[in-house]
Amino acid sequence: MTFGMEPYLALILLGFLPSEIWRWLGIVLGRGLDEQSEIILWVRGVATALIAAVVARIVLIPPGALASVPLSVRLAAICGGFLAFLLIRRSAFAGVLAGEAVLIAGILAFGG
Amino acid sequence: MSIGPSEHPNRAPGKVFADGMVAALRSVFFYVLLGNYVGIGALAYEFGFSLGWMVLSTLLVWAAPAQVILISTLGTATLVEVALAVTLSSVRFLPMVAALVPMLRREGGRQRDLLLPMHLTAISVWVEGMRLLPARPREQRVAFYNGLGVGLIMAAIIGSAIGFYLAARLPPLFAATLLFFTPLALLMSSARNSRTLLDGLAFGLGLVVGPIVAAQKIGLDLMWTGLIAGTIAYVVHRVREAKAKVTP
Repeated sequence: MTFGMEPYLALILLGFLPSEIWRWLGIVLGRGLDEQSEIILWVRGVATALIAAVVARIVLIPPGALASVPLSVRLAAICGGFLAFLLIRRSAFAGVLAGEAVLIAGILAFGG
Repeated sequence: MSIGPSEHPNRAPGKVFADGMVAALRSVFFYVLLGNYVGIGALAYEFGFSLGWMVLSTLLVWAAPAQVILISTLGTATLVEVALAVTLSSVRFLPMVAALVPMLRREGGRQRDLLLPMHLTAISVWVEGMRLLPARPREQRVAFYNGLGVGLIMAAIIGSAIGFYLAARLPPLFAATLLFFTPLALLMSSARNSRTLLDGLAFGLGLVVGPIVAAQKIGLDLMWTGLIAGTIAYVVHRVREAKAKVTP
């Protein structure tokens, strides 16, 4: 850890409060907000793009043991998984399985 | 399978809670969460967090994308960036909770009775709750939903403990496959949830814009990516909606 805060304090301040606040606001607002309102649509777009950025970050700047796997293998695995997802009835299970299969094959072929 | 309210006469709250836990065990999400959190547990291990921290993060945060952001950025990003990224990734809870509150509210019910069920709300619990709650009489819904939420959160905790254990003992090849589970699961579940052009476009643009923004090394790259890619996707969505209205 490069920062001075205790990890548990960080968990509460940077993890618990920033996510719990939306649940509390949701209770306060009750049914007052329409799920299709423009502000909610925009917020959903921002949140979705942010999750995509997290996926890109783990694939391109991977942690721990994944870092020793060549970049080309990581890219092939994520693309192969998505292709399988599209081809096999949009099944998340098939996509994850295919992605992992490509990754393992790549590691065995090109080293990890 | 639908059970009419008449088939649940005056059950004790404890029994209703147990019904909710049984519903959690029967849900496909129980097993999806188990697998997903094996990956997140391995991720937490690689980033040097303890198992106790990991379990507590599931109990307190209970949002897989937010936990992945927290685990993977806490050591490197600025504190402001981590807080902003987690905040943005959890905004979805607001409309979800707002849609659920009317279903759980009852005559004479106290506002604070909603705090626990709302804390237990994650995408999986919400989807199953919206599906199963209408069949329950109103006075049983909070206890049932609490059982459902606790059952599914248990799947996540068991999964993360397994991932933690495996990551510490398996050879690097297997550790790498465990770690890769997280981006694959996030990608697939987002793709499956995206029903509109807005969702798909925002995700696709985020994948492209993310690395470009990160390469500029201006900091806050997750937040900027979300704002840039999400706003472009929203504008494209608006323009298409407007066109569709002009030419019906």
